[in-house]
Amino acid sequence: MNDDAGYIRPELVCPAGTPAGLRAAIDAGADAVYCGFQNATNARNFPGLNFTPAELEQAIGYAHARGAKVLLAVNTFPSAGKFDLWREAVDYGARMGVDAVIVADIGVADYAARAYPNLRLHLSVQAGASSPEGIRFYCQEFGVKRVVLPRILTVSEIADIHRQIPCEIEAFIFGNIGMMAEGRCSLTNYVTGVSTNMDGVCSPAADVHYVEDADRNLTTRLGAVVIDRVACGEFAGYPTICKGRYVCGVKSGGYYAFEEPVSLNLSALLPDLMRAGVTALKIEGRQRSRAYVKSVVSAFRTAVDGVLAGRDPGLADLLALTEGHRQTEGAFRSKAWR
Amino acid sequence: MAILSKIQHRGSSVHSLAWNIPRILLSPVPLILLQPVFSRIAAHVARSRPDLFARLGPHLSKRFLIDPVDLPFVLVLIPDAATPHLTAYRRQENPYYDACIAGTFFNLLEMVDGSLDGDALFFTRDLRVSGDTEAVVALRNALDDFDGSVIDNIVTSFGPLSKPVALALSALRTIRAKDRHE
Repeated sequence: MNDDAGYIRPELVCPAGTPAGLRAAIDAGADAVYCGFQNATNARNFPGLNFTPAELEQAIGYAHARGAKVLLAVNTFPSAGKFDLWREAVDYGARMGVDAVIVADIGVADYAARAYPNLRLHLSVQAGASSPEGIRFYCQEFGVKRVVLPRILTVSEIADIHRQIPCEIEAFIFGNIGMMAEGRCSLTNYVTGVSTNMDGVCSPAADVHYVEDADRNLTTRLGAVVIDRVACGEFAGYPTICKGRYVCGVKSGGYYAFEEPVSLNLSALLPDLMRAGVTALKIEGRQRSRAYVKSVVSAFRTAVDGVLAGRDPGLADLLALTEGHRQTEGAFRSKAWR
Repeated sequence: MAILSKIQHRGSSVHSLAWNIPRILLSPVPLILLQPVFSRIAAHVARSRPDLFARLGPHLSKRFLIDPVDLPFVLVLIPDAATPHLTAYRRQENPYYDACIAGTFFNLLEMVDGSLDGDALFFTRDLRVSGDTEAVVALRNALDDFDGSVIDNIVTSFGPLSKPVALALSALRTIRAKDRHE
């Protein structure tokens, strides 16, 4: 749908870690929410998070009654002999009437396409498809209707890809960002034996240890590896290896060898993204609270509606919710990032 | 309430007084008098939120130390589905715990109530976590799966006292919110 300012109205795709989070996202203006089951079939397999099948069914009713879509993330990679869990997740989603299933694994995509030809498939960022050739493969073989692009492309590269692919584009606009090749990162696996991509959890909480000394200096450990030492008064980040500080000889003292604790915020690039042919704008953060969901979704709802109406986006300050109290436009603005 | 509404207009020293009101009010109170209130809160949550316990998975028998750093006592929560316990201890008693969550009273209150984001509080070092991190994450996510205000829900269980308690809390939270934005 084109509006008066010449933009196509994008879908605002928002995170839901719990049923209450889903309702908060929809009430705050989400066009679609994405969520997962309480197991390894999705990439936010965190303790206490996610949906039971019964909860998902109720959530779909809530969303559809308000004109919002529910996208089910089945976006991890089954290891050999464990495919039943992923098959079951796709079956649940299809029977319950989710609006799309977000897949990453070729086997899962193949099963969903064959078993449910009318089920809409989105290609997860975890698939790491960033070239027109790669994306076209998923469209041709499995009928993928939308690709969630890895966070490594500039806006002009996104526009270029848009012209060469037969499906919609979904792009991240806010939340966590790292340097890793999406869906291929093995740093957690290397340290803990748990796979981000197959078990659905980066830096499993069971392996995370925080110790603060009497002077309020915080040591963060993942398994046996010290990830960071944060001095009193310094802001902290997530306990992920890619946001850690290490002694590596390149610089004196601790050095953020991969990426600093920082969040993606593309509020200033919204008009450019919408002009580049992005169909859906995605907010990261299923692991965050409903307070985060409410604030971020409301802010971007207002901003997107503002752009569509030809007004200044007027985005509320979201710095307080960012990792390390810092935000970046990452590679979307320039390849000079990191 | 009249006193509270007046002090809202008298600048930052009054704001700092408001910050300290919970500590000032609670310091002289013997824990034996507060304990029935905490027991009632635990029982009310267990009755009204049985689904919360399912989210806790294997952490139902863990001992969570809730440390409101600006209050004269700490709380130990054992979120057992059948008989949950919320017990107050004086700080010097050093009760045993599996996981600890520490922050100011108001930050903990607003986080539990879904008004502040726990990760953001952690990033700014306003929330401290130690011990069993997985148990803490499970508890945080379980408590967050709640529509509306947890605190309002609990306060309404106090019968005739619910209205004055709600008014006092609301006034203090308003002052706190103003402080946060200044």
